[in-house]
Amino acid sequence: MTTIAGKEKMLTPEIEAFIEKWKGKPGNLIMVLHRVQEEFGYVPRDAAFEVAEALGIPVAKIYGVITFYHFFKLSKPGRNQIAVCMGTACYLNGGQDLIDECERILGVGLNTVTEDGEFSIEAVRCIGCCGLAPVLTLNGEVFGKVNTKQMRRIIQQFEGK
Amino acid sequence: MAKKTREELRNLREVKKTGIAQRNSSGESIRIIVGTGTCGIAAGAMNTLDAFQDELESHGINGEITQTGCMGLCFSEPTVEVAVPGMPNTIYGNVDGKAAHRIVKEHIINKVAVGDYAFEKPAADIITDETDDTTKKQKRIVLRNCGVINPESIDEYIARDGYAALEKVIFEMTADEVIEELSNAGLRGRGGAGFPTSLKWKFTKNVESDQKFIVCNADEGDPGAYMDRSTCEGDPHSVLEAMTIAGKTVGANQGYIYIRAEYPLAIDRLNNAIDQAREYGLLGKKILGSDFSFDIELRLGAGAFVCGEETALLASIEGKRGMPIPRPPFPAVKGLWGKPTVINNVETWANIPMIIHKGSAWFSSIGTETTKGTKVFALTGKINNSGLIEVPMGTTLREIIYDIGGGIKGGKKFKAAQTGGPSGGVITEEFLDIPIDYESLQSIGSMMGSGGMIVMDEDDCMVDVTKFYLEFSVDESCGKCAPCRIGGRTCYNILDKISKGQGSLEDLDQLKVLAQAMRKASLCGLGQTAPNPIMSTINYFEEEYLAHINNKKCPAGKCKDLLSYTIVEDLCVGCTACARVCPVNCISGEVKEVHAIDQSQCIKCGQCFDKCKFDAILKG
Repeated sequence: MTTIAGKEKMLTPEIEAFIEKWKGKPGNLIMVLHRVQEEFGYVPRDAAFEVAEALGIPVAKIYGVITFYHFFKLSKPGRNQIAVCMGTACYLNGGQDLIDECERILGVGLNTVTEDGEFSIEAVRCIGCCGLAPVLTLNGEVFGKVNTKQMRRIIQQFEGK
Repeated sequence: MAKKTREELRNLREVKKTGIAQRNSSGESIRIIVGTGTCGIAAGAMNTLDAFQDELESHGINGEITQTGCMGLCFSEPTVEVAVPGMPNTIYGNVDGKAAHRIVKEHIINKVAVGDYAFEKPAADIITDETDDTTKKQKRIVLRNCGVINPESIDEYIARDGYAALEKVIFEMTADEVIEELSNAGLRGRGGAGFPTSLKWKFTKNVESDQKFIVCNADEGDPGAYMDRSTCEGDPHSVLEAMTIAGKTVGANQGYIYIRAEYPLAIDRLNNAIDQAREYGLLGKKILGSDFSFDIELRLGAGAFVCGEETALLASIEGKRGMPIPRPPFPAVKGLWGKPTVINNVETWANIPMIIHKGSAWFSSIGTETTKGTKVFALTGKINNSGLIEVPMGTTLREIIYDIGGGIKGGKKFKAAQTGGPSGGVITEEFLDIPIDYESLQSIGSMMGSGGMIVMDEDDCMVDVTKFYLEFSVDESCGKCAPCRIGGRTCYNILDKISKGQGSLEDLDQLKVLAQAMRKASLCGLGQTAPNPIMSTINYFEEEYLAHINNKKCPAGKCKDLLSYTIVEDLCVGCTACARVCPVNCISGEVKEVHAIDQSQCIKCGQCFDKCKFDAILKG
């Protein structure tokens, strides 16, 4: 399977079927991009081109949408994704300290991936667990009432897994 | 399960009601109800569920374990309600595997409540119903089913008079009567602005159009608010029923729920509820055998706060960048794909079935002169009992913080409560006794907002908090209009300077001027309200700004650039505890000798301060 550029196709048959299902519905682009990111963890450039072709809309429009919304990523995140909540309750209860500690342990800054590709850290908007502040998620698993001392142990749980 | 007619729905409701009544009155069955909202699951509710399963099995006890939505007791998750014959229903908090073991052994087998985990009051006084008992501070209308029913069961919703309002609207009421009823009830939009809901519906109903739409705003972007998530997770059918009622009233056949992609559980529960409603013929073609057809689909948001603004939200549903456009025309007349559209937020929707079912007179008897009904708040921050609460409008902040919230954490001093998130302001101690409604909060420079209520204590710096909100608004500005895009950034830069002790009095003046300009000239609500935290904190806490500017000090000790840790030589015994805990190894000194902190290396994490047992480290 090749595209016009002669490259291997990026979109899986499942995603193509999804696009087919949504093609006739107005306002489908964001739903399609969600599906693409669910598969790859981000929206790869080649995938964006293929979506453009499948939906018959300009690539510029797709990038306009991807870059507008925080949820969509343009680069590959770490194999393990740490997301520290920076909603107000978490911020007041020490969310920034958790980010600082994460950066210190992993030796990388926010929105970057460690050299071995194992971890990436990001600060995220309120995930709605304010009663458990400060909160972070690791690969979607929520950890509540976290303090900086627990950080290393939490990260170690996921290391090499 | 086939599509139901009106008669069949009524019969089902009676059967289910009788079933539940019998179960409760005979008191023969043992029931364990575990709260499995996002908060509960985060705290380990799924493990708790498994633990109960194992415990019951190992003791050979025949009991029913079910799940429910958020009970609102977030500070004590996982929470569990236990019903055993001959004992009052009891709610337990912080239930882990060990607690589950004890509850089964002591409560269920020996019939003695486990005091270490139990709430003092019986369950009926905590998960209060819509009973009209005024001695209770809370009153649950929106959250009436959250923490009570299994959100994945349409039958349980129906048993609690679910879809009775829809029946009434389809078979007994005209569109004008429905709008009249909402108008008499005095329901105002719970998304923050407080626009009368009946008016929105009326505008849309009165426009001639081949197609109209109903939209639910579940893009809860305000950091610190999660009532919409909890409602969708705990009682999804209430939203579906209300949207269908609106469809019938204004003449729309299609509804969309625009929900944050960050709320996977709420999305699942809504999708599940939509499937069930379709099966029962409560969504889809010819609802309950009538001529009316209506369906609902979900559309996922993608993390843009500005999409809380109606026109931006509609652009996002259309698959575009979520940029607002000037109003009028209002969406009620020209909305989604240019068609008339009713947009309400989750909390507003959840009120509607109850208003139709119990009548506007009942609803309007609750609340204040200008604001009827209840408000759900996400009470968080430096408060003992953080959680989701629902109080009648007109309740005072003092009742919320001290009677319901149990006061400030660690016995510290209350400083302010923040409502309205990045668009709101602070409420100080002097206003603790103001009855809360839209007008009173606005008059003191805050706003109702969507319901985040964040309590701050003496350790919270107002400059720092304001900077936090501005950073949020700057990041979320869509960039379309200059006042918001440039003004917000400039305000943030000034706040940053002040928090670092580099600000001047001229900066403070400029901040005030810019805030006014943004408020007047921005295109949409985001830019117009973004300066609210600035105006409000300068108004009530100007001395704190001045301390940062004139004395280069942060009175709350929060702004790290104005903070230093030093060792008091007379008190230091050279125990080395501080040096050992320091993450950057910047504390030096031999055992039993006075230590010293290398200020150039110190990252001001405060761990040495917390560790020292001799008060030998000075923060200031």
